[in-house]
Amino acid sequence: MAGSRSLLDEALPTLGKALLIEDCVETSGGFLLHHLVKRFLLCDRPVILVAFANTFSHYDRILRKLGCNLAAPRDKNRFVFVDMLDPQLQVGNSGGTDGSADGDVGFSLYERICKAVRSISTEKNSVAILVDDLSLMEVACKGSVDDVIDFLHHCHTLIAESDCSFVFLNHHDIYSSMERPSLMLYLEYMADVLLRVEPLATGSAVDVHGQLTVLNRGVHDVAGTSRSKFQNFHYRVKENGIECFYPGSRG
Amino acid sequence: MAESICRALRDGALEGEHAPALSIKDSIVSPFGSDVFHHFLVQLSSSILSGKSQSRGIVLVAYSRSPSFYVELLRGKGLDVHSSVNWIRILDCFSDPLGWKIRLTGPGSREDSDVAILYNDVKDSGRLLMSIVKLGKGLMQDTKGCFSVAFDSLSEMVRHASAQPVAHMISSLRSNGEISSAFWMLHTDVVEEKVASIFDYLSSMVALVEPLIPSSQGPRLTLDNLAGTDENMRKARFLARLKRRNGRVRLLQEELRLDCSGLTFASLGDNVPITGGGLVPKVQFNLQLSEKEQVDRANVVLPFEHQGNGKPIEIYDGRQSLTDRKLEVALIREEMTQTSELTTGEILYIRDSDDEMPDSDEDPDDDLDI
Repeated sequence: MAGSRSLLDEALPTLGKALLIEDCVETSGGFLLHHLVKRFLLCDRPVILVAFANTFSHYDRILRKLGCNLAAPRDKNRFVFVDMLDPQLQVGNSGGTDGSADGDVGFSLYERICKAVRSISTEKNSVAILVDDLSLMEVACKGSVDDVIDFLHHCHTLIAESDCSFVFLNHHDIYSSMERPSLMLYLEYMADVLLRVEPLATGSAVDVHGQLTVLNRGVHDVAGTSRSKFQNFHYRVKENGIECFYPGSRG
Repeated sequence: MAESICRALRDGALEGEHAPALSIKDSIVSPFGSDVFHHFLVQLSSSILSGKSQSRGIVLVAYSRSPSFYVELLRGKGLDVHSSVNWIRILDCFSDPLGWKIRLTGPGSREDSDVAILYNDVKDSGRLLMSIVKLGKGLMQDTKGCFSVAFDSLSEMVRHASAQPVAHMISSLRSNGEISSAFWMLHTDVVEEKVASIFDYLSSMVALVEPLIPSSQGPRLTLDNLAGTDENMRKARFLARLKRRNGRVRLLQEELRLDCSGLTFASLGDNVPITGGGLVPKVQFNLQLSEKEQVDRANVVLPFEHQGNGKPIEIYDGRQSLTDRKLEVALIREEMTQTSELTTGEILYIRDSDDEMPDSDEDPDDDLDI
């Protein structure tokens, strides 16, 4: 188990990167998000989780099974949960510094994230910001893709300024009928690391839940001849973790 | 070819002519446009610092990367942006393009450095144009001279301020006598084809970065495209279209390689056809005739080519001509008289040419009224 976990961890970078998780309705990429929250907290990195998809208790229950308690870091101001489902905390009703309007969802959320970064960042460890998920943020922005992209761009500037890590999840299949899905293309251009979760090409299997593709841009191999690294695994999601293995390596 | 683009940017504009402009285009399946942009930025900067170029400075409009990235990039290539020679200004449209940070922290909270100047109103392309010209004039320090302008993401500019104002700004810059050259990078798949065409027409050079191995799944980043294109992660096809003042267009191509030392260009093999920068659809067979085929084709006698040899000129309509028919009937009668002495009786049939089957190039049903 430990060896298979390191297979995924080896494929992922450490600091100051933008990670895009692309999933589809047959294979949810939520398990990667949980894995990354746990990994950041174990590395003693402050985490901000912006949740459009689920409540705190949902993430807390899953992370407990993974061996990570969210309540403790939250009490220690090492974990900030931005609940976008809570009507009392809906962005746009929060009374921003300049009385932001309902249509200014991106700016209000960015303001909240900046405050959280200032409150939890330390000199030693930079902050990790995770967004679950962008398709629901697009809904919250009343379908305005430009608002979502503006928000992402400003969060991306935090990578350059504060060495933050930025993880965002989106569903690629909802744009499959579009010839030029501007949001997905923008995300793919922006991401340093692309994680794509897809069903097996050969159909479903009992002991393999799907395949995971990792495209790591800006990496040199041993010979220094490659700019991007491409890896493909099969995975199995268990109650207490993920098992990753190369295709054909399991009898 | 990449060198000729560098030379054109370095040599700048002739008096009374528009400044040369380079449009670098890429897509998500071969996203090396930024690397190509950095290559030309470094080459032009190097020429400026060595005094070989017409322009004496460069204004870099940064949308997709922070100014610190460019400072490090140039420093890594041995070019010091903080040198005593005042040669570069970076208009920072990356850090706070919409003024959100100023709204949070208040005006005056962020100070400009001596190289990077913060710009936070990207929707106003008119003001952006004035800022670029002002920065360029600042570089010249009120002396006569030209400067170059570089935009690292025209697709971001178009997203914020639509295509027409941006095109107007580019056109104004090219016709400005103080501009030596301009170049920009554009992701073709995030803008409409019409928008990409607008900027093609506004540029004197178009450089297109394409995957070396064409993707089977079209221009999207699919698993099949990713898995089958390890070669495409290190190499790409670099196609360039150079427009000359006399209207002639040169199409050139090279192989682009990325390794730890950076970007290098190499010539492609002779067997790789020039596709005209994506203008001509790629086909798997040869559309041109070989030399022998051309000679053979020239030797074919066409139906109308026997005319002019003294006989009356007739338009060939696929049927037997009247004179031919008379000649044929006379020959048959002559034969008949010769053979009538030997035979007792014979059925003679003269085929009516009107009942003949038409030639293969005629439509047999053209007289049908369906």
